[in-house]
Amino acid sequence: MTIGLGHYLTVAAILFTIGVFGIFVNRKNIIVILMSIEMILLAVNINFVAFSAFLGDVAGQIMAMFVLTVAAAEAAVGLAILVTFFRNRGGIAVDSADLMKG
Amino acid sequence: MDLNAILMLLRPELTLAIGAMFALMLGAFAGERAAGWVSLICAVVLGLAAVFAATGPLGAAFGGAFTADRLSVFAKVVLFLAAMAAVSLGHGWQHRGGRPRFEYPVLIVLSTLGMSIMVSAGDLISLYMGLELSSLALYVLAAFNRDDAKASEAGLKYFVLGALSSGILLYGASLLYGFAGSMRFVDLAVAVQGGADPAVLFGLVFVIAGMIFKVSAAPFHMWTPDVYEGAPTPSVAFFASASKMAALVLIARVLLGPFADAAEQWRQVVVLVAMLSFAVGALGGLRQRNIKRLLAYSSIANMGYALLAVAAGGTIGLKAVLVFTTLYVIDSIGFFACLLALSRRGNPIETIDDLAGLWKVKPGFAIALTILSLSVLGMPPLAGFWAKVFVFGAAVTSGLWVFAAIGLVASVIAAFYYLRIVKVMWFDAPVGEADRSPRDARWLAMACAAFSFPLVLLALGLLDGRAAWAAQSLGLG
Repeated sequence: MTIGLGHYLTVAAILFTIGVFGIFVNRKNIIVILMSIEMILLAVNINFVAFSAFLGDVAGQIMAMFVLTVAAAEAAVGLAILVTFFRNRGGIAVDSADLMKG
Repeated sequence: MDLNAILMLLRPELTLAIGAMFALMLGAFAGERAAGWVSLICAVVLGLAAVFAATGPLGAAFGGAFTADRLSVFAKVVLFLAAMAAVSLGHGWQHRGGRPRFEYPVLIVLSTLGMSIMVSAGDLISLYMGLELSSLALYVLAAFNRDDAKASEAGLKYFVLGALSSGILLYGASLLYGFAGSMRFVDLAVAVQGGADPAVLFGLVFVIAGMIFKVSAAPFHMWTPDVYEGAPTPSVAFFASASKMAALVLIARVLLGPFADAAEQWRQVVVLVAMLSFAVGALGGLRQRNIKRLLAYSSIANMGYALLAVAAGGTIGLKAVLVFTTLYVIDSIGFFACLLALSRRGNPIETIDDLAGLWKVKPGFAIALTILSLSVLGMPPLAGFWAKVFVFGAAVTSGLWVFAAIGLVASVIAAFYYLRIVKVMWFDAPVGEADRSPRDARWLAMACAAFSFPLVLLALGLLDGRAAWAAQSLGLG
């Protein structure tokens, strides 16, 4: 069996779905949400690199580099906000983000 | 194209980037006492960038990744002025709160830089990078009050849902790239000539979903009320004005630019989103007592009108988007400036009941808030009315009159909560004295209210002309 474009796309789609579900189904810890976001971005990177190799076009790999950079920045901002949240609420359970509703 | 021409084309963005770096350095070395100077520098940099954007050359740079056309010029001028208003509101707000932090205006400038790249995007890379640059700064602005539990919760919710939407948009972008074969909008336009493949359309729906989130239209609106309630008011003024405008212009640029040929295929999605936004905005606002939450639902409904104009398409639809968002930006800055200016014993006014009898305590603000409420409601001949006239005109021209009628019904329902604000201010008994209002917020609130009525009647001709000039840039029919 040869590994073709379809296989890469399937892996990426599965990872993407797991990431999205991780955000919505997880009711415990906000760190898990950050991990899910990271997983979504990496799934997208697999897509970009696979398409780039398949199309013989370098733009997809450039985009993958940009996405990696943005993912790092996003994790930094997310963790910083999470730290302020922890200081104010004394926990990072998903259910503790309930001051505002309606 | 030589380097000099590219630099001239990028002048507004370079001004913002270098100005933000300079302001950051000044703040880092001089410390908190330079906060006032940093705000001033940021406001000057934004003004300078607006002048450069208005007078600069038009063209494309970096292989089409960055386009400066009439549409982007129009959007940039409005964006930079709205950001200037946010910087001045933020400066006054921080100054009153005790220790001002110099990062606040710098974050606004960086976010504006991202928005400026968004409205100039010519390929998927610059679209994503601009969107992320603006969003990352906005997350921090939402959580800026780091000792306030509500603000950090607002920032956290905004961050999590914003990052999810960027991920969805990016997944869509990867599918567009793979199945249409290019990142560049000009090549995408060639690939979808005569209708898009199902795979391309699948990617496009993901991209639309990601962008819809940024304008907070239903069904991706769930973050809006919480973020509006928890985040500092000057940040919310910035979210509600500049960030909405940038995202709407980006949606218009993507859908009416490269995907204009697939309009029949994406129109139903955008119309559905607009209808859902009407329903959520009109019905959700009815039971709100908190003014900022109310304004969040109001913005959801208003984004429905803007998306209806996008769905209408063509030059007339694009023009309607530009006129509508510009007038909406002015209305919402005025609203939040009023909220910043009003306080009672040092506590900001938060609920509608706090406004009771305002006309006896602060008649000027009662008149300003009445004008702004009636304007957002769409009462003729205020600014919001003209904004809706353009949208409904575009919708009827392209045969979407049923949806325009639904929009009209939604604005009648929403009239209830705008009129309740007016009723509470003019007919209820006052609940107590209000504090002296700060000069900057008062000035801005009065200016926006005066623009909404009667100055809009004078400015409408000019705005119409400029928007028509800008709307020709995508070469639509």
